[in-house]
Amino acid sequence: MKLITYNPASELATWSPFQRLSPWRDFLESAFELAGTESRQWAPALDVREDDVNITVELELAGMRKEDFDISLEDDTLTLSGRRESKAADRQSESFRSERFSDSFSRSVTLPCAVQADKTSAAYKDGILTVTLPKAEQARPRKIDINLN
Amino acid sequence: MPQELAETENSNATRVDYSTPPVNLRHESDAYVLEVDMPGVPKNGVEIVFDDGKLTLTGHRAKPAGAARLVHSESSARDYRRVFTLDPAIDPNRIEASMDQGLLTLRLQKTEAAKPRRISVN
Repeated sequence: MKLITYNPASELATWSPFQRLSPWRDFLESAFELAGTESRQWAPALDVREDDVNITVELELAGMRKEDFDISLEDDTLTLSGRRESKAADRQSESFRSERFSDSFSRSVTLPCAVQADKTSAAYKDGILTVTLPKAEQARPRKIDINLN
Repeated sequence: MPQELAETENSNATRVDYSTPPVNLRHESDAYVLEVDMPGVPKNGVEIVFDDGKLTLTGHRAKPAGAARLVHSESSARDYRRVFTLDPAIDPNRIEASMDQGLLTLRLQKTEAAKPRRISVN
């Protein structure tokens, strides 16, 4: 699942078809669950933010431990992967509902500009993994003073 | 779906304002354990209300910090809500809740009368 390098000015960049159809998505998802489709691919929601200095990638995933994430940067592709385990129901307990995904996942993002790989940092807080990638100097906007004669 | 902890139908109006978080529910001998995925909700953003036999779980998202432009978005900005009707066997005074990395875990203890017990024969 790759993000194509986008033109930030384009509306397509923020267009998210499935979010807009969320009630339908809920309906479809519940329909699939009823059909017992357990193997549906799991893709935690991913956001990308950008300012003059950084590219910030956020992955929504509750109930993980820091060490369960695998973060890698190769050329211009950032990959966030890992596995979420569920607390297995033991013999004394009976599971009534199991809607939370517990499986491995992998999301890749093609970064929109060059970044400083060695200064990349990550944090996990309130169930959101945030990877901060400082832009390379040449990718930052520059202000040029021009003297008018 | 268990009769003991039935989900109350959300009205259409509720669905528009909130997203429905996925839950796991398991039944242990003395309690029900409910796990709710609420990524983006800090501990102080959780609201648990028990009223008239209904347990309402609401998660308020933290507002994104900074002014960075959103260039790709899949997450929902909506808060989370889910409503359950509690089995009378659950003791509403003994509901324990914890929030860890966006995962809300509730332990709903049964009343003493509803717990399994061993009866010895004289």
